[in-house]
Amino acid sequence: MSDNYQPTSAVGRWFNDRLPLLNLIYGHLLPYPTPKNLNYWWTFGGILTFCLLTQIITGLVLAMHYVADADQAFASVEHIMRDVNYGWLLRYIHANGASLFFMAVYIHMARSLFYGSYKEPRELIWIIGVFIFLLMIATAFMGYVLPWGQMSFWGATVITNLFSAIPVVGESVTNWLWGGYAVGSPLLTRFFTLHYLMPFLIFALVILHVWALHVPGNNNPEGINVVQGSQDTVPFHPHYVVKDLFALVVFMIIFAGFVFFVPNILGHSDNYIQANPLQTPEHIVPEWYFLPFYAILRSVPDKLGGVILMVSAIAILAFLPWLDTSKVRSAKYRPLYRQFVWLFFADVILLGYLGAQTADGLYLIIGRIATIYYFVHFIVIMPLLGFIEKTKPLPKSLSEPVLSKEEREMKAGATVSA
Amino acid sequence: MKALNNFFLLLCSHLLLVTSIAFSAELKEPMHPDWSFEGPLGKFDRASLQRGYQVYTEVCSGCHSMNLLSYRNLVEEGGPEFSESQAKVMAAAFEVPGVPNSDGEVEMRPAILSDKFVSPYENEQQGRAANGGAYPPDLSVMVKARHGGADYIYSLLLGYVDAPNDVKLDDGVYYNKYAKGQKIAMPQVLYEDGVEYTDGTIATQEQMSRDVTMFLTWAAEPKLEARKRIGFKVISYLLILSVLLYFTNRQIWKES
Repeated sequence: MSDNYQPTSAVGRWFNDRLPLLNLIYGHLLPYPTPKNLNYWWTFGGILTFCLLTQIITGLVLAMHYVADADQAFASVEHIMRDVNYGWLLRYIHANGASLFFMAVYIHMARSLFYGSYKEPRELIWIIGVFIFLLMIATAFMGYVLPWGQMSFWGATVITNLFSAIPVVGESVTNWLWGGYAVGSPLLTRFFTLHYLMPFLIFALVILHVWALHVPGNNNPEGINVVQGSQDTVPFHPHYVVKDLFALVVFMIIFAGFVFFVPNILGHSDNYIQANPLQTPEHIVPEWYFLPFYAILRSVPDKLGGVILMVSAIAILAFLPWLDTSKVRSAKYRPLYRQFVWLFFADVILLGYLGAQTADGLYLIIGRIATIYYFVHFIVIMPLLGFIEKTKPLPKSLSEPVLSKEEREMKAGATVSA
Repeated sequence: MKALNNFFLLLCSHLLLVTSIAFSAELKEPMHPDWSFEGPLGKFDRASLQRGYQVYTEVCSGCHSMNLLSYRNLVEEGGPEFSESQAKVMAAAFEVPGVPNSDGEVEMRPAILSDKFVSPYENEQQGRAANGGAYPPDLSVMVKARHGGADYIYSLLLGYVDAPNDVKLDDGVYYNKYAKGQKIAMPQVLYEDGVEYTDGTIATQEQMSRDVTMFLTWAAEPKLEARKRIGFKVISYLLILSVLLYFTNRQIWKES
């Protein structure tokens, strides 16, 4: 699609003949044929790229001033907030950026679930996405430890202690992770190192994610195949470049709202108390974006069982392309799945709510039901639906559903009379 | 489908029940005075910040440190904005260890602007020993470190009332209606005319609580004014940009 591209300037041609980098950019960003019916849920790919770059750039500058040492970390973050030029801005962007990154990724994943974007031939795009999500979780968790507040410290303690649930070698593994016999400076230093490394791994996976996406091309709200370059597609530039930009700016307004006006609303006030190994906070809660998984972890009375279930809750996503037996992609044409997918979203939100409560009494019982339902959705409902669901007739091409209802009826009438 | 709907209804009703239980917590909702620093263009009240510093130095600093602040911060824009000469005099009221002299001895010298606020205790142990085992926490980021922020701190300072008869208090524990479980290790410290304000303001309990809370809010978030000012500009810019992009986008899609 881009082999015949020739840069206009002599310098451009000279460069491109030796390294066809311009060819690559041209082919993937400019005339790249994209389904013409993508709605705003499809703008989150671009938004997520922006999130990643923002985190990397602000993180880079923060790392120039941060000290990864248990005695100095807390004060060094406050030094950034007080003495570094615009340090407060960088830190608030970075901290809120993590939250908005997750908000965007959850919407991005929900869109994929709703429109069946994970299905053949896009399984690998989805699986790479699951790995990106896993790395994001690890990165965000380690990043939250760095300010070395009470929640940082006790969150790190709870999560690293999970490894002690591994039979036989659990304790050795935990001590190895800690670099000692308790959570302290060695752990903080290695978390900082890994927190710095992982975004670049994510970046590499994002390149693979987009590369794999550009083989079959985008899915679309109708979930039907689109012939690349046909009249069902429009060039990526300017149509989607400008649409994505508009969506991005709207997203940035919300982002700025958090950063400038309620920068601490998504965080926990306990994290402004310096880490104290001798004083456990009343409730140890993770950041909001981990709450559904935290609820799953706590719904199992056994530590090892809880860990296995929590890991499975993410791992099971990678198998989704094969657990879903339906041939139809978009929930628009799947009357039953359409209801179940909303029920699933509600279940995840419920789990998130429960993750923030104490794990006892009624909360625990509902948490267990919600956890069971989470897995039932993937293991029972998804495979079964493909067999029992009567899907609606699919349009033959994108041009068809784009017609208004009247136009469609007119067209249908015309075929009947003909 | 009916079963599904029923299940959903059941979930919802449970959720409602759960929420209502969660709201019967042990913490009393704090008072909410009007703060000048609230709202999208909020600013600190300069005079109040200056009085608040006086309350901190004359009352709070007897037990509480503020390790993250330096005397130079008192001069900086967006804070109490004392003049440099005023701040120098305020700093010089405290003594800090100097550099070793030619004999290797460390002598005390008056503090200067670049010095950190002087702590009341040498170390945590000394602080505990002087306060019946309870360590008075550092106040630098206290407003951000407590749920409810400024409202909570303000309410707590005014929350000392006589304990009901059925409440038993141990030694060194005081009754405060806004504290968690209504018990707190800090005694009441602000009394009518507890300080004599240099600007002549009448030092009621409410006034002192208000001033010192304002001061602590600034201490925890010294860049608050700049943050809101810049935020207002950033969002205005983005709003205009989004309108332009909206129409550009519409035009592009109309043409195809």
